[in-house]
Amino acid sequence: MSDVLLETRGLHVRFAARHGEIARAVDGVDLEVRHGEVLALVGESGCGKTTLARTIMGLERPAEGEIVFEGEPVRYEGRFLRGYRGKVQMVFQDPMGSLNPRRTIYEAVAEGLRIQKLPGDEAARVAEALARAGLRPPERFLQLYPYELSGGQRQRVVIAGAMVLNPSLLVADEPVSSLDASVRGEILKLMLELVREAGVTILVVTHDLGLAWNIADRIAVMYLGRIVEEGPAEELLSNPRHPYTRALLSVVPEAEEMEQQILQGEAPDPTRIPPGCRFHPRCPLVASGEAARLGIEERCRTDDLALHEIVADHQAACHAL
Amino acid sequence: MTAPLLSVRDLHVTYRSEAGPVPAVRGVSFDLHPGETLGLAGESGCGKSTIAGALLKVLPPGTEVTGEVLLDGEDVLQMKPGRLRAVRWTEMSIVFQGALHALNPVQRVGNQIEEAIETHRTTPAATARVAELLELVGLPARRAGDYPHQLSGGQRQRVLIALALACNPRVLIADEPTTALDVMVQAQVLELLERLQRELALSMIFITHDLSTLSYVCRRTAVMYAGRIVEEGPAEEVFAHPRHPYASALAAAFPLIGDHSHRMNPSGLPGDPPDPRAIPSGCPFHLRCAVVQPECPELDVELWPAGDGRRAACIHVLAGAAP
Repeated sequence: MSDVLLETRGLHVRFAARHGEIARAVDGVDLEVRHGEVLALVGESGCGKTTLARTIMGLERPAEGEIVFEGEPVRYEGRFLRGYRGKVQMVFQDPMGSLNPRRTIYEAVAEGLRIQKLPGDEAARVAEALARAGLRPPERFLQLYPYELSGGQRQRVVIAGAMVLNPSLLVADEPVSSLDASVRGEILKLMLELVREAGVTILVVTHDLGLAWNIADRIAVMYLGRIVEEGPAEELLSNPRHPYTRALLSVVPEAEEMEQQILQGEAPDPTRIPPGCRFHPRCPLVASGEAARLGIEERCRTDDLALHEIVADHQAACHAL
Repeated sequence: MTAPLLSVRDLHVTYRSEAGPVPAVRGVSFDLHPGETLGLAGESGCGKSTIAGALLKVLPPGTEVTGEVLLDGEDVLQMKPGRLRAVRWTEMSIVFQGALHALNPVQRVGNQIEEAIETHRTTPAATARVAELLELVGLPARRAGDYPHQLSGGQRQRVLIALALACNPRVLIADEPTTALDVMVQAQVLELLERLQRELALSMIFITHDLSTLSYVCRRTAVMYAGRIVEEGPAEEVFAHPRHPYASALAAAFPLIGDHSHRMNPSGLPGDPPDPRAIPSGCPFHLRCAVVQPECPELDVELWPAGDGRRAACIHVLAGAAP
């Protein structure tokens, strides 16, 4: 068995935007998710991270490129997708929004089993999944409705509903950002337990670098539809190479003392991706004249570049590296 | 030390609801000195936003408010409507939570700021003042003609700050001013607030659930739980060396990147923040506390001196031992 569980190859996802423009939400992503790891996909809103996650789930169809899962390319046909979605499960940001308010906890967790038509004892599986998600004893929760639970408990129900199918990959999109701060850690602990004990692989989509420090083995930083840096979490956070990652880390209150580099403006528009390095209009190296001194400024403005290895297993896409 | 500009004494706020009274704030006292930034931290339902509402008396009708809110020695809670109108905006104003929804979507942003100026003070030069305010918060004056939907989240938050500053208040209350903004835009807004605070010599109350942001922006911080302040002191100290077990847990929820004790080791608290309608007996934190003592379910500890300019409401602090 190979080390890689899922891989995206040259993945592009496009949407029609206003005035006939095309938003290139995912614009050429090659990403590996390895067996048994927690990979954090990090970036600001609008960078395409949620679209990438949804595409990996099979909820969006790529315009170009492919997704290879357990060595087999994902095919967009009903039968294949149903099987695929049993093995790749998603946890969304807002647990209240992902639970049907009129269904009991039991029904919420059993739903996936019914869709997948899995044989075996449904009640026993539901109880086991709830207990594994930390809702113990499970009997206490089975007949409750979502409104009777706290935010943290609801997110545990959503996780139980995903884990009841024994997926290989759990895609979690901002799984704790709607929860109170004191409750977040408990959900993150649960996610690590699932990796260690249930052997699931997790792709967690987040804007929160502190969360990545808490649970991720590797990090991929996304900017305007592309991965701009990727590497082992500790190495990447202690020695960020791409100027965007450096700026992002410098403004996180949880980061150790670093000179703040506040980029001006908001994350740019995926309908107008700049030529050259897509980060160059906001890049501190270009703005400070450092790129000119290095003699790379022309390339920054015109030459689009791919990730390249900086040190073992740590890649970045920057002309200065 | 100078006299406090704002002094809150034993503030209690109880909302009325169909299910009975909801005590949201249960005896809170603090001082805000001229030019100081005070942080109020806590999770949903702890009462921090209710305090913001009480300071300016903008709570739903029927809400019971007791205690004192002394602005330069004058009690805001006792003010007649006319005097209150004069104080709101010109003395104290609020940057409301939710940059996306606090502005009127069908009015140009310049008109919304102008309206605030004209309601609270007559000036022939309101339009010029709008331009000046927009530039103060880092927006070009021509954006006055824009509608909210034409602005980004960060730009809308800047308009809300301009709106709050329209009548030169001395006290600015910022209620979660950076929540729901991206981290880079958050940094821009924090930088702006810091600059304004310095340039305009504002006194500021900064309300947030994010303890790590507070250690950046504020000199002093108060951590709230179940309608009370459970710890207060210099912001950096409270974040780096909390004395109350709840403040510790909250601080640990924002792990320092590079701190190996948090690497692959997230930390949180069992249970959930208490519902204000059902606050636990004794120390309201005892059900979630890792260092709970047999007497905690009965003993409601008051804020107790906990070292240099610090106070904490915990039996361990009372006993002179750090929890």
